[in-house]
Amino acid sequence: MKIQVLFFGITTDFVGSSALELNIADVATVADFKNSLKEKYQQLEKLNSYAIAVNESYATDDLLLKENDVVAIIPPVSGG
Amino acid sequence: MVRTSIKITSEKLDLQECYRFVEDDSCGGISAFIGTVRNDTQGKEVTQLDFSTYKLMAIKEMQKIADLALEKFDIKKIAIHHAEGMLQIGEVPVIITTSSKHRKAAFEACEFAIDTLKETVPIWKKEYFSDGEVWVNAHP
Repeated sequence: MKIQVLFFGITTDFVGSSALELNIADVATVADFKNSLKEKYQQLEKLNSYAIAVNESYATDDLLLKENDVVAIIPPVSGG
Repeated sequence: MVRTSIKITSEKLDLQECYRFVEDDSCGGISAFIGTVRNDTQGKEVTQLDFSTYKLMAIKEMQKIADLALEKFDIKKIAIHHAEGMLQIGEVPVIITTSSKHRKAAFEACEFAIDTLKETVPIWKKEYFSDGEVWVNAHP
């Protein structure tokens, strides 16, 4: 299934893009998505940590993704 | 009555606007936190800061903080405004104002809001130095 992936902060530099469409398995959790992302973009391992947001809310690893979800990679935030 | 004001803007933040929003006849005090761009980080001279946001989500997270502050503290109103884009030394990336009947709640809610914002709201700053630039917090 297709999902939309958004990158922010330092991860846009790693990936060279701020948004792309990815094809993933029809049954995939956030954890599965993170694993496939790690394989595709090994530079993400340079990050201390990052969070995932699905449709503008922080998501836990066990959340099941759905077709057309907007999945955002959230590196450590530094607002304020 | 609207008790929260949430904004992300590329325009200059307006302290008067945040102040006027929380003003209320039932309140004995207003507290404000004003974040400013500092000229150095760990002894290195910063020339400017660039704030980028995941705006849709950042607005939602800021709204959550405001709603939670209303729940946790005895405050009347709260405004949380954040800037995006390039800011120079001394400019203001964030303003938080709170109003309450007695001062303690306003102080506490203000501190809670800025502390939580720095942990949860998807906003990132890039620091510019004379010899390069770095994303803040991205590395251990």
